[in-house]
Amino acid sequence: MALIEASGLCLDFPFYHLGARSLKKRLLRGARLHTDDSNRVVVTALRNLDFRITTGERVALVGPNGAGKTTLLRTLAGVYEPVQGRIAVEGQIGALIDVAAGMDPDSTGRENVTLRGLYRGLSDAECVELVEEVAAFSGLGDFFDVPIRTYSAGMGVRLAFALATAMQPQVLLMDEWFLAGDAAFMAKAEERLARLVGGADILVIATHDFNVVRRWCNRAIRMEGGVIVADGPAEEILASMGA
Amino acid sequence: MLDRTAAATPAYIVDASDPQHLRRAIADLTTGFSRWRLARALAWLDLRNRYRGSVLGPFWLTLSTAAMLLGLGVLYAALFRMSLGEYLPHLAVSLVIWNAIAQMVNEATNSLTASEGIIRQMPLPYTVHALRCVMRNGLVAAHNLPLIAVVFLACGHLPGPEALLAIPGFILIAINAFAAALLLGMICARFRDIGPIVASVMQLAFFLTPILWKPRLLGHWEVLMPLNPFYAVLETVRGPLVEGGGPMLAWIAAVTYTVLLVAIAGAFFVRFRGRVAFWV
Repeated sequence: MALIEASGLCLDFPFYHLGARSLKKRLLRGARLHTDDSNRVVVTALRNLDFRITTGERVALVGPNGAGKTTLLRTLAGVYEPVQGRIAVEGQIGALIDVAAGMDPDSTGRENVTLRGLYRGLSDAECVELVEEVAAFSGLGDFFDVPIRTYSAGMGVRLAFALATAMQPQVLLMDEWFLAGDAAFMAKAEERLARLVGGADILVIATHDFNVVRRWCNRAIRMEGGVIVADGPAEEILASMGA
Repeated sequence: MLDRTAAATPAYIVDASDPQHLRRAIADLTTGFSRWRLARALAWLDLRNRYRGSVLGPFWLTLSTAAMLLGLGVLYAALFRMSLGEYLPHLAVSLVIWNAIAQMVNEATNSLTASEGIIRQMPLPYTVHALRCVMRNGLVAAHNLPLIAVVFLACGHLPGPEALLAIPGFILIAINAFAAALLLGMICARFRDIGPIVASVMQLAFFLTPILWKPRLLGHWEVLMPLNPFYAVLETVRGPLVEGGGPMLAWIAAVTYTVLLVAIAGAFFVRFRGRVAFWV
């Protein structure tokens, strides 16, 4: 059983490395920017979120840029610790937020896959398995043993996609839908993606694409300015957004 | 497809009203150390990428240290009116160990900011980043260590069995390095001015620490030497290798400084670990 539960979840981003004084004068008119106890300028990224996501739910986070969708994903993944409120995630988390993070451009595809395996905390034997799996699916052939700096954009996507989807987490967190590459690969990718999403107990995806929401999600959470403005069945929320 | 191998915690719970700082910090350290293979792989990568395309690679450092040893050795042996055979073993050990310490401290200041891209994208114990920094500097230092053996052979200086005491000395340095990587890494992520300050402090420390000179040249001021933490730590390696065992006082001081640094780094880590992702 997988479960995500948030109550009164708040997250503030302090501006540490900007000139606070001049910034204050200019920005403090906005409601999301304020000063905290130690007189720093902070932006409220998430304000008082309450929600509960249970097994079987496919949730889309929708809303304009800067609504806090990605920040919420990162908080769910455990990157940011909330300053107020409680967050609980049960089940193994798989986060596909920035699949290129931690890749070394001077290492070969093979070395990068092994490195990613280590990032995920796999044993040596599991890393070997991961390498074989990714090598087979990405279809890079000889390029798998060439530094990824030399890859074309499409090849990079194929490697990243194969690597990102070579796991089966219970809670799948995704930022945007990464689909590119040639037609033959797209057909393969679609099938694999469907398997990954289908195998997860919970999917949370941040997206702007209404077609993605219609196709994959049964629930949508609409965010604006760090708060939840609507939460319900995907069709209803989309209709309310005029889509 | 691999089946459920992603090593995420089965239940991830954070409650801001009950932050459990200590438990989280300990979990960070234990998972971080259990991922030492990742830290080692990253340290190797750092080294490889730093010297990519270079013929000698990290052995350039060996070469430059050798040149420095030769030049400074001849000059300062003459200035201090010592024979080369007496002065050079002291200088070789001091300079090689000091280079390792100074490099380590300077790189500790960006142990976390250098990994910003990873810290903000995936949950990973911060211990891994500190460990990566320590291992990278350990690897670099290992390229210089043979110089000590070469100088000892050339000068006919053969340390006795007490040289084995240098091993606990190296362990002390490693512990300090890890604590410094964690502490300075965090402080410098939050306050970006600390990095340059550390760099100038280390430059000053080079002259205040007996590296070029021997402590006994201080005369009756020598008793104050243990107040310099760099001297104390340096002496735990140099004493056994050069002087036939370091003074007891230096060992006590070195252990005290280590305990202090670990305690401060630990307290800081427990309290502010959850904020690092916002700082970098």
